[in-house]
Amino acid sequence: MNKLNEIKKSFLASLWFMFLTFPIMVIRVNTVQKEIEWRWQNMFFVGISVFFLSFAWRFLFRQMASGRKTIEAGGLDKISLMQQIMNEPKMYYPILFAFTLFAATFPFIFNIYQVNIMTTALMYVVLGLGLNIVVGLAGLLDLGYVAFYLVGAYSYALLNYHFGLSFWLALPIGAFIGALFGILLGFPVLRMRGDYLAIVTLGFGEIIRIIMENWNEFSFGPSGIANIPRPGFFGIEFSLQGSIIFMYFFMICLTLFTIFIVNRLRNSRIGRAWVALREDEVACQAMGIDRTKTKLTAFALGATWAGMVGVIFAAKTTFINPASFTVWESITILCIVVLGGMGSIIGVIFGAFILILLPEYLRAFSEYRMVTFGAVLVIMMVFRPQGIVPDIRHRFKHQGSMVLGGKTKK
Amino acid sequence: MKTILKVKNLIMNFGGLRALDHLDIQVREEEIVALIGPNGAGKTTFFNCITGIFPPTGGEIILFPPKKKSKRANRLKPNKITEIGLARTFQNIRLFQNMTVLENVMIGRHCRMSSGIVGAIFRGKATVKEEEQVVEDSFKILKKIGLSEYVNEIAMNLPYGAQRRLEIARAMATEPFLLLLDEPAAGMNIQETKDLNELILRIRDEEKISILLIEHDMRVVMSLSDHIVVMDYGKKIAEGTTEEIKNNPVVIKAYLGEDIDA
Ligand SMILES: Nc1ncnc2c1ncn2[C@@H]1O[C@H](COP(=O)(O)OP(=O)(O)OP(=O)(O)O)[C@@H](O)[C@H]1O
Ligand SMILES: [Mg+2]
Repeated sequence: MNKLNEIKKSFLASLWFMFLTFPIMVIRVNTVQKEIEWRWQNMFFVGISVFFLSFAWRFLFRQMASGRKTIEAGGLDKISLMQQIMNEPKMYYPILFAFTLFAATFPFIFNIYQVNIMTTALMYVVLGLGLNIVVGLAGLLDLGYVAFYLVGAYSYALLNYHFGLSFWLALPIGAFIGALFGILLGFPVLRMRGDYLAIVTLGFGEIIRIIMENWNEFSFGPSGIANIPRPGFFGIEFSLQGSIIFMYFFMICLTLFTIFIVNRLRNSRIGRAWVALREDEVACQAMGIDRTKTKLTAFALGATWAGMVGVIFAAKTTFINPASFTVWESITILCIVVLGGMGSIIGVIFGAFILILLPEYLRAFSEYRMVTFGAVLVIMMVFRPQGIVPDIRHRFKHQGSMVLGGKTKK
Repeated sequence: MKTILKVKNLIMNFGGLRALDHLDIQVREEEIVALIGPNGAGKTTFFNCITGIFPPTGGEIILFPPKKKSKRANRLKPNKITEIGLARTFQNIRLFQNMTVLENVMIGRHCRMSSGIVGAIFRGKATVKEEEQVVEDSFKILKKIGLSEYVNEIAMNLPYGAQRRLEIARAMATEPFLLLLDEPAAGMNIQETKDLNELILRIRDEEKISILLIEHDMRVVMSLSDHIVVMDYGKKIAEGTTEEIKNNPVVIKAYLGEDIDA
């Protein structure tokens, strides 16, 4: 009965679409021979595909509705597979061990090209985790994140060019300058939220890039800065291959370091204040949280990671120019956070790997990359708006110890 | 008894609309004061002004925290006022919906904690202790308010009455000397309202916290208040004890309309 109804609806949808697309899909006026072609087979294809798409769409919606019902009906204790794994040391440790083994042997199993891609993916993991502080935790929609990335990259490039500063010195300096720019952006947008904030930050990102493109004396304009040295390690100079492998391991360390720091921040007084700010700005202030301070720390700490990764980017590619820092970069990083799951660390890691690695390995389909990208995001937003691995709040036991998952009721 | 909140000639304009018109209100120690008036009288606006959400157009707001110097609160930020010791709930519930019940209360403790970024990252002894303390304190508060069963629920999933109580718990966590409740009984059933009555009395008697209460439910107002202030069109039209207010013709007129006295 229900099925029949669905089929009927899908059928009607397909009829409607056949009618709508009739003028463009079926009729073609051949201006050379002055005659009209009737491409009836196109109508057939439109009908069939709309029928199936509509059917699948309805099916997914029903799935979603039933999923929502289970959540409402006390689905709180139903924790995801991920959480169960995290809760069970027996499963958790072998998985962790496997990951470590894989990460450690990766550069020796795969070729340099693969290692390079993996390093890039790790860079995006760190960028995603940084933006996650601003967007995921504090709920400030920042579309100009790439500006801090640019600032970091140019800090290293310029400091090295003028003063011969080494990578290891530039790393903290880049992070610091990034944070400074974070605060610089933070001040004017303190009172803004949502769409307005998004537009202003978008503008900020573009302004910084355009300045770099045009201020030739300072940044060498669109031609960029070349011959940026790769990092050495305590006086050791690497070959090209060695350097790539070194970068890979360095990124692994930095990723772990970032996860550690972000995780600690998340579960602290300030992390809670960020989430409260995201949830309700008025109530958050009424509870005694200083909005100015909380927002600025979120911007500054988010930008710190971008600055740091910027330095690494400059060192890795040895050449930077403003074209590497377009708004698309910001949007990619934002997609990583949204797709992965706002506020969730594991989610962001997944998001980065999916969004950076998949396009690399699916180069055969590169023409359709943007289409797939868009489609996946739309579908995600409709059916799983909380992301791949949603953020799970911590549960507490009475003695003040922290426990994950829902197992510790009382 | 000592005065703890003194509001003099408070004016609030929204463009051409005068929402508060030369309002004078006083709250004394360990007193429950009810603020009543028809819809749109300006009660919530009054709360928003004294908690710093709207900067008032004119007038004086002075706070007298116990054992501390009095403070003029006119242009202070909301978080500063909370720090001094005013806490509030909201008419349209404003919980941190995606956080757990306990976390909501922990946020309330924020202004009584001190660890910063460095503490969060290194998680030294002081921070760990503070974190354990805040969890412990929050548990205690939830128990007092009667929400122990929901500790790890997501706030959004709580029944309506419990959400209202959670707002009170969260406000209590900030250690106020004056608690502002904006229609706490709205939408509650008879049993919930009764429990709420008891809770408010207990907060006053056991915690020694004064309460300023906006409420439309007259049973609640009459059974709780020591003092009632009646507002209409932003003005104070009457004040006094429950008996005085019940029999005040001006109040009856404001509530029932002009043509009744004919
Ligand atoms: N932010 C605002 N901007 C403009 N006008 C406002 C604003 N807030 C309140 N007002 C106006 O001020 C007047 C008083 O509103 P207020 O919300 O204080 O009433 P209230 O006494 O709390 O009513 P209720 O019993 O319905 O809650 C109303 O006319 C309202 O429209
Ligand atoms: Mg109101």
